[in-house]
Amino acid sequence: MPSFKRKKDIMGKTLFEKVWEAHAVRELSNGQTQLLIGTHLIHEVTSPQAFSMLRALGLKVRYPHRTFATVDHIVPTDSQQEPFPDFLADAMIKELRKNALEFGITFFDLPSGKQGIVHVVGPEQGITQPGTTIACGDSHTSTHGAFGAIAFGIGTSQVRDVLVTQTMAIGRLKVRRVAVEGKLRSGVYAKDVILHIIRKLGVNGGTGYAYEFAGSTFDAFSMEERMTVCNMSIEGGARVGYVNPDETTFAFLKDRPFSPKGAAWDQAVARWRGFASDPDCRYDDCVEFDAGAIEPTVTWGINPAQAIGIGESLPTVAGVSESERASIQEALAYMKLEEGQPIKGLPIQVAFLGSCTNGRLGDFMEVARLIKGRRVADGVKALAVPGSQDVAARCRDMGLDKIFTEAGFEWREAGCSMCLAMNSDKLVGDQICASSSNRNFKGRQGSTTGRTLLMSPAMVAAAAVTGCVSDAREVFKQ
Amino acid sequence: MALQKITNVTGRCVTVPGDDVDTDRIIPARYMKCVTFDGLGEFLFYDVRFDENKQPRQHPLNDPRFQGASILLGGNNFGCGSSREHAPQAIARYGFKAIVAEGFAEIFFGNCTTLGIPCVCASKSDLQAIAGIVSSRPEQEMTIDLVNLKIEIGTQTFPCTIRTSAREGLTRGMWDSIGELLEGNDAVDRVASGLPYMQR
Repeated sequence: MPSFKRKKDIMGKTLFEKVWEAHAVRELSNGQTQLLIGTHLIHEVTSPQAFSMLRALGLKVRYPHRTFATVDHIVPTDSQQEPFPDFLADAMIKELRKNALEFGITFFDLPSGKQGIVHVVGPEQGITQPGTTIACGDSHTSTHGAFGAIAFGIGTSQVRDVLVTQTMAIGRLKVRRVAVEGKLRSGVYAKDVILHIIRKLGVNGGTGYAYEFAGSTFDAFSMEERMTVCNMSIEGGARVGYVNPDETTFAFLKDRPFSPKGAAWDQAVARWRGFASDPDCRYDDCVEFDAGAIEPTVTWGINPAQAIGIGESLPTVAGVSESERASIQEALAYMKLEEGQPIKGLPIQVAFLGSCTNGRLGDFMEVARLIKGRRVADGVKALAVPGSQDVAARCRDMGLDKIFTEAGFEWREAGCSMCLAMNSDKLVGDQICASSSNRNFKGRQGSTTGRTLLMSPAMVAAAAVTGCVSDAREVFKQ
Repeated sequence: MALQKITNVTGRCVTVPGDDVDTDRIIPARYMKCVTFDGLGEFLFYDVRFDENKQPRQHPLNDPRFQGASILLGGNNFGCGSSREHAPQAIARYGFKAIVAEGFAEIFFGNCTTLGIPCVCASKSDLQAIAGIVSSRPEQEMTIDLVNLKIEIGTQTFPCTIRTSAREGLTRGMWDSIGELLEGNDAVDRVASGLPYMQR
């Protein structure tokens, strides 16, 4: 039908389609696309086996200047002094150092002053840019979508593929526009927005989709806030999440170390602008949320969709659908909580501020503003872990580290820390942790019986100073 | 790269119940402190299989009736969370050849396919029926037929699905795409040369 074809030709495109088409190399025999990955980020946990495969096959890194390494998961945060006390962790950093040197890869190593969590480092160095494809052996790679990039979390075999070919085999995703419209209420943050979205769409609601986060709430968000949301796309099942690039994006990237300079900057901005979804593009699905209806949100269970507003109570087994009952019962049993109990007032023993979700300068500035002159409650261990050495340095320049230590927080060095407890920062026994991280899975924070409550940094601060889950708006009189 | 054509998988089954089984549960993060995948099979589902004193808990994988099972039966959204390939590596090294579940998380599905582990979907009710058979007759073998998209166990047959690209790759012995990707090198350079950010 020629008329249909003509209509399709003039129809606009989503950012996802534009970036995909700019990077599609060819169709593979299984029907997937060989997709060029312009930027490859690597770290110590998921790359060593890939480099071993390269050596076994006698292959080189094809575009070493487009491959960037950092060390984050296993780094101790009490002291980055080497050798690390944990010999396994020490072997891993040495292996990455060796691989980066041998294959000619830029490595933001500990002495560089640029080391940090891979999803914090990429944006702050200006490596993460609009209209690009990014891959990293880490599911939170979706973070980089905040800049209008298409960013994929991949496994180690795909890390190998990207190292040796700068491409990977992947099927095209559908695109769902997830719009949030309006102004957030005071004391409600980007973290609450994504926890709310996951709660409503489910932990697997995004399977097969890229999420385009849009609407006036996102237009008003800073880059850090956009990153917080895109970071947790995968917790909703969406491997990719992105926000269309705009003036906020360009202002963030201006004068970053890897950003284009001079005339190239103006050309880049013009090009980047063109990647934004066209007004007449077609989405595979659209959903919309009212920003004003979002409450400070806290998880109570063992997956990120098991979340409630701070004023709500836990679900009751009888009150949920038949298909959800087993999951709810499993979560209640693990969390040692009663059905129907309020979440507010639940005692916590640990408060963790950090991670690739909420370990950026703005997160520490906001919490410092709230806790200044306050004290962490007796019996609570509170950790503040900057997402990168750069974040740590900026915090120190602003005197934020002092505010944290005077309030009773332990001020740590950069790393993933207690988000997944691959270093020595771990929960003990069945401690409950108020955490600004992204996953509340069983055992996630290093104790097989440890319990995680995900929430915004402000809510972590409120829990830290009161010793229990609290409404930050009441604690800090916002 | 000549790989085995995986057209069907036959073996005994074990059910790991529950939806949203995440990759942290499949392989806890502390076992990723390694630079090879060797030996990961030992730590599969470790924290739900063993207690703090390394004593076995009640778990299907510890049940003598299901020893030697090579097909894993799961719930919905199996393999969600972390992209760690350590999870499918642990599953493969433990001895599993295929997984049947109600649904799979995206990254996990791709990681398994690249390792030649078919992840096929069956309906919740069919999975319950299969689990029932397995529970009463653990020695019963099951066959997953990837060509005809059916599961046969005893006298019963159930339909199953798998993403077309994965089925193509597995049944034609092209499940690891590295060989085909390498053939595209010239085309890759052409596409890269048109992208300003790819230039030195």
